[in-house]
Amino acid sequence: MTFSRRTRIALRAAMAAGLAVIYLPLLLVLLNSFNRDRSFAWPPTGLTTEWWSRAWESEGARSALLTSLQAGAGATAVALVLGTMTAFAVQRYRFFGRQAVSFLVVLPIALPGIVTGIALNAAFRTVLGPAGIGFGLLTVIVGHATFCIVVVFNNVIARLRRLSPSAEEASADLGAHTFQTFRYVTFPAVRSALLAGGLLAFALSFDEIVVTTFTAGPGVQTLPVWIYANLARPNQAPVVNVVAALLVLLSVVPVYLAQRLSAPALPGTDRRAGGGR
Amino acid sequence: MMAPDLAAPSPLVRRGGVRSLASALHRHARLRLALLLAAPMAWLVLAYLGSLAVLLLSAFWTIDDFTYNVVQVWNTANFTTVFTEPVYRAIALRTLGIAAAVTVIDALVAFPMAFYMARIARPRTRKLLVVAVLTPLWASYLVKAYAWRVIFSQGGVLDWAGKPFGVSSPGYGTAAVIVVLAYLWLPYMILPIHAGLENLPANLLDASADLGASAGRTFRSVVLPLTLPSVFAGSVFTFSLSLGDYIAVRIVGGKTQVLGTAIADNVTLNLPLAAALSCVPVLMIVGYLLAVRRSGALDSL
Amino acid sequence: MRIRSIAAAVAAALLAAGCSSAAPTAGAGHSLTPPKLPMLQTLGTGEGQVNLVAWAGYAEDGADDKDVDWVHPFEQQTGCKVNTKIAGTSDEMVSLMKTGQYDAVSASGDATLRLIAAGDVAPVNTSLVANYADIYPGLKNQPWNSVNGQMYGIPHGRGANLLMYRTDKVSPAPDSWSVVFDGASKYAGHVTAYDSPIYLADAALYLMKTKAELGIKNPYALDDAQLKAAVELLKTQHKAVGEYWSDYQKSENSFKTGDSVVGTTWQVIANMAQTDKAPVQAVLPKEGATGWSDTWMVSAKAAHPDCAYQWMNWIVSPKVNAQVAEWFGEAPSNAKACDLTSDKKFCATFHAADDAYWKNVYYWTTPVKNCLDGRGTVCTDYAAWTAAWTEIKG
Repeated sequence: MTFSRRTRIALRAAMAAGLAVIYLPLLLVLLNSFNRDRSFAWPPTGLTTEWWSRAWESEGARSALLTSLQAGAGATAVALVLGTMTAFAVQRYRFFGRQAVSFLVVLPIALPGIVTGIALNAAFRTVLGPAGIGFGLLTVIVGHATFCIVVVFNNVIARLRRLSPSAEEASADLGAHTFQTFRYVTFPAVRSALLAGGLLAFALSFDEIVVTTFTAGPGVQTLPVWIYANLARPNQAPVVNVVAALLVLLSVVPVYLAQRLSAPALPGTDRRAGGGR
Repeated sequence: MMAPDLAAPSPLVRRGGVRSLASALHRHARLRLALLLAAPMAWLVLAYLGSLAVLLLSAFWTIDDFTYNVVQVWNTANFTTVFTEPVYRAIALRTLGIAAAVTVIDALVAFPMAFYMARIARPRTRKLLVVAVLTPLWASYLVKAYAWRVIFSQGGVLDWAGKPFGVSSPGYGTAAVIVVLAYLWLPYMILPIHAGLENLPANLLDASADLGASAGRTFRSVVLPLTLPSVFAGSVFTFSLSLGDYIAVRIVGGKTQVLGTAIADNVTLNLPLAAALSCVPVLMIVGYLLAVRRSGALDSL
Repeated sequence: MRIRSIAAAVAAALLAAGCSSAAPTAGAGHSLTPPKLPMLQTLGTGEGQVNLVAWAGYAEDGADDKDVDWVHPFEQQTGCKVNTKIAGTSDEMVSLMKTGQYDAVSASGDATLRLIAAGDVAPVNTSLVANYADIYPGLKNQPWNSVNGQMYGIPHGRGANLLMYRTDKVSPAPDSWSVVFDGASKYAGHVTAYDSPIYLADAALYLMKTKAELGIKNPYALDDAQLKAAVELLKTQHKAVGEYWSDYQKSENSFKTGDSVVGTTWQVIANMAQTDKAPVQAVLPKEGATGWSDTWMVSAKAAHPDCAYQWMNWIVSPKVNAQVAEWFGEAPSNAKACDLTSDKKFCATFHAADDAYWKNVYYWTTPVKNCLDGRGTVCTDYAAWTAAWTEIKG
């Protein structure tokens, strides 16, 4: 399908405009991290690097970052295991309730975060309270893992759809048993999908605020919780901007990696949409 | 009798517990399925659906007027309040309107961008463009919302940029909410549409051209119908995320009340009412999910 | 007497277990019989930690202003590490205390009785708090902090909600609440109000002074008709409101940028805004204002009761009480604090010992069915106010 020159120019302009709109607020964040005025008066009256040095020393930010990394790692690990298992089950087997299972997997991310949050909060209080288990990092991980399952699920199932079963059948013919086939044949084939899904799950967990507020105990502060608590405080707001700017700058790496890993097609590719293959 | 003469490592030949277990699994597909599904279903059904059920149950309770302790007396008063009080109806309609507006805006903005990325950009640029679109997702949602608060504020960026044109910031309100939510969820709409467009086989488009259709006709009759599932997939995100959002609304919404803020305001002291309120967005989303399921959108999430 | 004597008498009647006083109580209200809870008998050495729920500005640790810090000296002296959760409204405080995860709370009068009735706070043994002796007598054994002569907390201080405005955007300089009610449309989109159902009392106060025909005697004792009038007033105001506030720093920021130009505030917010070079002024309008009298209370489930008592003793000690009163902008509760304020006229300005002044300040109180002005059980309770508040916000 050839496009007229006008169409190409129009679309390129649309792309550029879109990217500009997407990045404008982020540039504003970056600019405000140098803004001398604590309440981000516009235009900025002066620039200073004071906030960057303060952010470096901010103990609250560092411990929040550590907590977020721990929660993300835990949630991703759980989501990887559960998501992969569900993907294999749904893609490889035909069973009653198959549709329901894929619907159920989507539910935690489709329902509003606040509903998931207050439901988990109510459940934890009813179930864990009497058992003496308080809210803490574990409850945060449980909350995050629940909605991270679906991203791993989608990635793995997309990959499984593209895998032909012949490699596994050949492996069995050659004498490998189930676990060996999985270890030497299946796993390497889905590994990159797992990585891509894991990265996406980690990103989701890292930035999650709503479910976290309801499942974290008073002593647990993930990075978004820390940001939410400090963004309105005049003394801390610029530091928060610095942290945010850093996050964006540093996140290019994992995003690029995720893209490389999910080549040749993007996560969520559906063979069926391609037709005629 | 298997006497493999492969120059293979010994594990392949060793008999024993693991192999018999593996063979048992190989023979019994149902067992494999059950083992695969056990843990995830336990998690999702017991923990997740269970907690939703607990929440729904508490919607039938009430609270003591003075001490605000939850009183486990069964009644449907909360549901009556939520479904008959005019203020809650207004809130629900407003939220629905916001979600719909955000979805439409995102679809309109995302499509040209995704189209450029998928079909016009060179393969190398395409990768970079995808990275460019995805990276902002890593910037904290809160910080992005606050950046918009600064933009919309009195004497902020919008006022400053619009002064020569006589345009001033609308301030904090529903318009700001729609703009900010559309901004926040845009990447979630771009990605599925991009994936859908990428998978469009070029031969279909060529065939359409061969049959004499103009570019516009091809677009209307071939491209759009085939990519509609991906648009619906993106819309699932934008719709449900907008229906439940309350943080961005609190940041830039001014005095606007939506379902999310109403639930959040009540959850501290009146959990039964908040639980009853939560049923509204849940019903809306489940309804929407069931509706788009037929279009195959859920597979391209 | 210190405050409206009618309210005091009827509230005391409410609290009396047998409702045996002469005041007309028709029974169906909340005659308060708090659950029997043990009171701390001896002060131990401290548990190393204390978790507080406090109003903004009550537990300063140098984060807002490095010279304003009475938390670190406390930690050094007692070894109790302080973790503070700042709450924006009394409702938040009530719900936080219900979780049982906090040890002490600085509750206003519209939260205290609810906490007592729910059994979330324990009676306080005032003999364990050495500085209690110096508290103004007018704050001891009041209807909102004691039941049947048993104190449930240590008085912290009292103050009034003020009207703040941008001097460069609001003219003429307002001296009446009419600027946020009848005259609010002039500043449409830039009016702010406190985001809590208790704000209905502010509307009721305004109606009390401007529409005598409604017969409102106490802004917390509103029957259905009076509540309806207050709701109508606030619905009209809603059209002009840009944002409601409960986070004090967000409010300060809004005034600084000009998104809000007029509305209710606390003195601490005005002080912070002025320090940040925002052109604002805060006044007590001629109709009077609602206010608060705060009390530090100990949780019934406190995990660190010794540290909680030590904190209460610390915060009402003369020097610290003076510090907190000056930072927040309220009248201290310890009479000796007045000698230690850095501004020698501080206590006079804030009417610390002037009981006649507080007659025109209507402390936050939980509205109950049993009218606080003695009319019987015709009044609306806080649940009705909460429902009305949701309706007002639309």
